[in-house]
Amino acid sequence: MDFSAIIPALPGLWIGMITTLELLVLGVCGGVALGTALALMRLSHNKTLAKIAATYVSYFRSIPLLLVITWFYFAVPFVLRWITGVDTPVGAFSSCLVAFVMFEAAYFCEIVRAGIQAIPRGQMGAAYALGMTYGQTMRLVILPQAFRKMTPLLLQQSIILFQDTSLVYTVGLMDLLNAARSRGDILGQPHEFLIFAGLVYFVISFTASRAVKHLQKRLAV
Amino acid sequence: MNYNWNWGVFFQSTGIGSEIYLDWFVTGLGWTIAISLVGWLIALVLGSLLGVMRTVPNRLLATIATTYVEIFRNVPLLVQLFLWYFLVPDLLPEPLEMWFKQDLSPAASAYLSVVVCLGLFTAARVCEQVRTGIQALPKGQLNAGYALGFTLPQVYTTVLLPQAFRIIIPPLTSEFLNIFKNSSVASLIGLMELLAQTKQTAEFSANLFEAFTLATLIYFVLNMSLMMIMRWIEKRVAVPGLISVGGK
Repeated sequence: MDFSAIIPALPGLWIGMITTLELLVLGVCGGVALGTALALMRLSHNKTLAKIAATYVSYFRSIPLLLVITWFYFAVPFVLRWITGVDTPVGAFSSCLVAFVMFEAAYFCEIVRAGIQAIPRGQMGAAYALGMTYGQTMRLVILPQAFRKMTPLLLQQSIILFQDTSLVYTVGLMDLLNAARSRGDILGQPHEFLIFAGLVYFVISFTASRAVKHLQKRLAV
Repeated sequence: MNYNWNWGVFFQSTGIGSEIYLDWFVTGLGWTIAISLVGWLIALVLGSLLGVMRTVPNRLLATIATTYVEIFRNVPLLVQLFLWYFLVPDLLPEPLEMWFKQDLSPAASAYLSVVVCLGLFTAARVCEQVRTGIQALPKGQLNAGYALGFTLPQVYTTVLLPQAFRIIIPPLTSEFLNIFKNSSVASLIGLMELLAQTKQTAEFSANLFEAFTLATLIYFVLNMSLMMIMRWIEKRVAVPGLISVGGK
């Protein structure tokens, strides 16, 4: 084993890392936004909306992420063409991002739902009594408290997503893992680069989950 | 880019032998189940052992188990799979390495790697569930066992574990379902499980929406039926007297 070839390759690996981080950040933001909307649908009094959201969640939770990524990679260009009527080239990055957002939303939805349900019912009543609308109640009273409570869980799910971004390998997107694999293959040192990539993932996930545990203890009532 | 819908595609010939596309899905599902069940067996045995190690009054054993869990939980599954498939065979002693690379068929070596990978990956998760289950039991159970003159292994096998396992069936179920979903990574080292067969069908027939819809449906039905089986087991073995069970 000779790890000296990794140092000159670091700038290239960093570009891969940026792709990974972009996927992570955009995936989490989109996933939480869509997940929150789904959670509100699931908790709404409108039976149809609740049913749609519940079906969405159980659908995405019962299929593998890798299937979603592969499917979207093939399907998104077709679907876009049907909608817009023109051929729009869609890169692997966009299709992967759509896959992550839609898939993770199902998981974030369940976290947000549990967070909202943990807020005492009286808060809703109090907000309504003050003359707030549903939108105001959610935006100003319920969600800020719920998000505070579920921050550790949201972060934990984000760490899982960080690891899952490596699955974009299947569509050839140059994330950290793929950058390391391709460089390792070119330089004839696949093992060293693979171990290095694994180490980077490990250090980041480990440190992050330690920090989340710490936060969890601090936020605990 | 005109798309021709054709839901009958599954009954058409693949052009290879006398197979129709549906046969590919059946073969793929077979591999998926074969990977998941054997992987689950490894995960359950090793995970239980590690879970017990984390709770016994022995620092060294607990540290070993904790380290294992941290490593296997913080490295992405795909990286682990590549390590098992590309790196580990090179580290094996010469005869074993030759056996893995030359005597085994490509499918067999990929299968072996993915089963070991998924088994060890899931074991870390099973370990955490088993530990939670054991720790959820009242401390008095352990002491009562000691008071009756049981040794520590006896307390574990006859008092703690039988109860812990029954408590943790719901979280174990979700790990069990996860291993089926995670088995799809096998497609990335060339094993023709369900996802790989789906991709192949999509490429051969150009009916990608139909192929992926069928695959989704298979995963969905598989997931639902496994969940129902586990719910049934959960009800049958519930520990009487706990809040979660309901009733008296």
